[in-house]
Amino acid sequence: MKQKETLKKVLRLVKPYKLRLAGMLLLAVITVALTLYTPILIGEGVDQIVGPGEIHMGRLTEVLILLALAVAGTAVSQWLMNLLTNQITYQVVEDLRDKAFRHLQEVPLSYIDRHQPGDILSRIVTDVSQFSDGLLMGFTQLFTGVLTILGTILFMMSISVKISLLVIVLTPVSLFVASFIAARTYHMFRVQSETRAEMTSLVEELVGNQKVVQAFSYEDRAMERFRRVNEKLRVCGIKALFFSSITNPSTRFVNGLVYTGVGVFGAFIAIGGGITVGQLTSFLNYANQYTKPFNEISGVVTELENALACAKRIFDFIETPAQTPDKEDAGELQEADGSLALSKISFSYQPEVSLLKDISLDVKPGQRIAIVGPTGCGKTTLINLLMRFYDVDKGQIFVSGFPVENLTRDSLRRSFGMVLQETWLKSGTIRENIAYGKPDASLEEVIEAAKQAHAHSFIKRMPKGYDTVIAEDGGNISQGQKQLLCIARVMLLRPKMLILDEATSSIDTRTERKVQQAFEKLMEGRTSFIVAHRLSTIQEADRILVMKDGNIIEQGKHEELLARKGFYAKLYESQFAVS
Amino acid sequence: MRKLLRYLKGYRKESVLAPLFKMLEATFELIVPLVVTQIIDVGIGTGNTPYIWKMCGVMVLLGVVGLVCSLTAQYFSARAAMGFSTALREDLFAHINRLSYRELDILGTPTLVTRITNDVNQAQTGVNLVLRLFLRSPFLVVGAVIMAFTIDAKTAVLFLIAVPLISLVIYWIMKSTVPIYKQVQKLLDRISLLTRENHVGARVVRAFCRQEEETEDFSRENEEYTRIQIEAGKISALLNPATCVIMNLAIMGILWVGSRQVDSGALTQGEVVALVNYMTQILLALLALANLIVAVTKATASGIRLNEVFDTYPSLTETTAETLSDRRKKGSPRVEFQDVTFTYANGQEPALSHIDFRARPGETIGIIGGTGCGKSTLVHLIPRFYDVNQGKVLVDGIPAEEYSFKELRTKAGMVPQHAVLFKGTIRDNMKWGKEDATEEEIWKALETAQAREFVEAKPEKLDTMISQGGTNLSGGQRQRLTIARALVGNPEILILDDSASALDFATDAALRRAVSRLEGEMTVFIVSQRAASIRQADQILVLDDGKLQGKGTHKELMENCPVYREICLSQLSEKEVNRS
Repeated sequence: MKQKETLKKVLRLVKPYKLRLAGMLLLAVITVALTLYTPILIGEGVDQIVGPGEIHMGRLTEVLILLALAVAGTAVSQWLMNLLTNQITYQVVEDLRDKAFRHLQEVPLSYIDRHQPGDILSRIVTDVSQFSDGLLMGFTQLFTGVLTILGTILFMMSISVKISLLVIVLTPVSLFVASFIAARTYHMFRVQSETRAEMTSLVEELVGNQKVVQAFSYEDRAMERFRRVNEKLRVCGIKALFFSSITNPSTRFVNGLVYTGVGVFGAFIAIGGGITVGQLTSFLNYANQYTKPFNEISGVVTELENALACAKRIFDFIETPAQTPDKEDAGELQEADGSLALSKISFSYQPEVSLLKDISLDVKPGQRIAIVGPTGCGKTTLINLLMRFYDVDKGQIFVSGFPVENLTRDSLRRSFGMVLQETWLKSGTIRENIAYGKPDASLEEVIEAAKQAHAHSFIKRMPKGYDTVIAEDGGNISQGQKQLLCIARVMLLRPKMLILDEATSSIDTRTERKVQQAFEKLMEGRTSFIVAHRLSTIQEADRILVMKDGNIIEQGKHEELLARKGFYAKLYESQFAVS
Repeated sequence: MRKLLRYLKGYRKESVLAPLFKMLEATFELIVPLVVTQIIDVGIGTGNTPYIWKMCGVMVLLGVVGLVCSLTAQYFSARAAMGFSTALREDLFAHINRLSYRELDILGTPTLVTRITNDVNQAQTGVNLVLRLFLRSPFLVVGAVIMAFTIDAKTAVLFLIAVPLISLVIYWIMKSTVPIYKQVQKLLDRISLLTRENHVGARVVRAFCRQEEETEDFSRENEEYTRIQIEAGKISALLNPATCVIMNLAIMGILWVGSRQVDSGALTQGEVVALVNYMTQILLALLALANLIVAVTKATASGIRLNEVFDTYPSLTETTAETLSDRRKKGSPRVEFQDVTFTYANGQEPALSHIDFRARPGETIGIIGGTGCGKSTLVHLIPRFYDVNQGKVLVDGIPAEEYSFKELRTKAGMVPQHAVLFKGTIRDNMKWGKEDATEEEIWKALETAQAREFVEAKPEKLDTMISQGGTNLSGGQRQRLTIARALVGNPEILILDDSASALDFATDAALRRAVSRLEGEMTVFIVSQRAASIRQADQILVLDDGKLQGKGTHKELMENCPVYREICLSQLSEKEVNRS
């Protein structure tokens, strides 16, 4: 049932290419027909060469010309068929990947937060590849396979009904043998793959943490454990490897029996004059060809099932609901004034665990708000809501006096500048990264932003300056430098409001100071929200929000809060000072 | 790859017999067309029914013998291939165990994991295929050609034309597609990169409203990928049609030339059929060979990666296996660094330069500084994870390199930066520190590490299973267990490499108090970024950029070390800083 639905969706994907698909199917029919015709022609050719003085030159020439045509036809139609299959396959793959990637940009952040990058990656990359290989290639194989079988039966029947019946009766034996062996070996495969998994996880642990192993002089014990699993794998591996490789010779043996049967039975009929020697040759050829698709089909079916499973995973992703679109009459926030208000907002990630409750807040343009609190108190959640990465469950957020849900997400987000603790840079040049929010920025603008962010001096020292390419993991620049680039990226845009998430662990002292100065410069005259970890930040804030268990339990300036001797005072003692 | 074949040594018999039996099977396969010829020429030609029955028996017999040969070959090759991979894997594992930190840094542990799993499997598949098919396919080709010549030399010349032609076509197609497929792989990597990047950076992408541009970027790469795939497909789609055309042309040739030969009596009708059959067999064998070459290429690539590991030799060597403790010099410091300079294998600047200090038994040494200043490097030199480039590291007055690894590393208990635990029970993990640790020793260590409470709260106590990577515990719990693990062995030197970072302040303080109360004169090294964690140490080493900027007590350093003062002031309030 489920598979049927997936299949329907797959068909919808292929629909734009239906003309090419029809062409491919037609070519498949032609290819199979011509391929099957060839042995008949060869047989007929043989019939023209009976013995000395018994050569029918005229007919032989005719047959050879026909054969040449058939061969040329097969080649051309097979080649075209392959080309079309390729085209359709890769076009569908392209469409599917594009669709999936576009969807990645549209799913709510809650979806992204809940999934590992590897999960979506494997859907968009691995699953799509498997799907294309399995489904379209498998489909062509299945189609030509079935055609070949049917065609062969037809052709055989046209020569001799009796021998055909013999072949038809004998073939299931080969299938039976194959499935018999498969059923018997399944168990051994399971044991092998379990042992292999055991081996892999042991290796991941011990080799992956080799340094710890050595630190505890654990090498000998590690070796002993490894040796045990390794030996186990050897023993069950031999069995699995051996039994898996007997399928082929066994079916080949059965096919050999079919071949022999055809040969002998055909010979008797030939003696009686029922068929010619050439026809017998054609038969023998068929007997060889005929069993091959049977053996392939069982493999193709598993492949198809696997492909459908992959397709389902991709569709599951593409069909996850996208975020609620902007309202149709949503306005563009042209020029934010820097004011912001929360009115009785509540929010939770999971309905049963409430997080933020009834929070209200009024922020005037240019104010500096520091948010402090123990881990898990909802500090970063507040950022998620301000940027509308998540929507509030209750209450309203106003930016420049407008309720945020009446604004387009893009224009709302443009009015904020955001620097997160996890520095994310795109693989590309430094210049591209600084200009990320404004791709048409001139080099002068980029350099100016970098200077303001105290990043210019280190960029200048890089071998290619602003054109230095940042490696995928940012390996060629330090953590502190990455942070400076993230600040420069926001500096270029000069948004009215800022969201800053301070790094918890300190970077090296010199860069650290630069980052602080850059932050300072960035905040000048802008409304800022800072998830604070540094003492200087909270001391200079206009207001500190102290959060605990999803509530703002205290707010005020540093000294006021200390004087109150409440939760903040305690928090301060434990987080920022020594008792 | 050839170097790795030494692992087949114990399986010499299997490695010879497997291909041999496979060839035997091929021989029987080669005889079948001849039997068919006999059936046609003698059986049908003279209407000799008993003869046909006889030949039928021969064919069945050939089949049975072929099957037996084939199974024997498969059995031997399975044994040899598995034996090969087992020996290879074991040797590789042992080799990795011998590598020192320097080599592990260069190779990287994740790649070692894939090498010992994937690459060994790949090599095993290669060996198995080679043993079974590498002789068989060429043998079939050559055999079929020879058979053709014994039947009729004149017609057989066609084989000498067809075989090289087919080989050439296969070679050309493989050669011209390989570079394209490399490009395909590169583009696929790029597609993966963009996908991962956009997942991880989803917040930033949206904050900067770049969804459209990112999608366009992706579409562009995706389109290019499709284009190249189709390009490669155009060439590989030629393989089947082209080889079939050559084969069929050859068959037409056989019929044409054969007809002349039959006419002159040099050839029979049945023999023409046999020649046609041999031609078909050759094409199949050559295509199988092409597939085999692909598999072998893959296995060779794996072989190269494996050899890379084998060619990496451990840079540290043990000079002795004996215990040196009796040689300990009375009154010498527990750990002493004398003008130590150290540079990482891939580093240009020294990670540590000219470090000098002494740590006496019972002392607590705090090490502070920013990320990348050399704190961890310094403590890694004590258990001799690396050898210094200049200067000396002495433990109990004896140079570190004169100890056996085991003795030195038992003396120095290490709590690494990342709290790594292993799959197994808590008890199993605790025994890493001391193989024969008693129940009491374990509980005592847990208590000192502030872990007793939560372990006792678990229903299965010490038998609680820890999943791989310790994912069923919180970060703080993991860290406390790794500390306890180091304490179980009751080491003389305890190294806490920034290992209290996940603990809240109160636990951190309690831990430090408990460690200082331990009996015996344990020297404790605490590496930290938090001034509060090391403030009370007997001696604080301040590192910046690999250089010792100051050493002394908190009070002394506040007075004479600007770097230290700066760190403290950014973390502690004025009042806290001045409180002694």
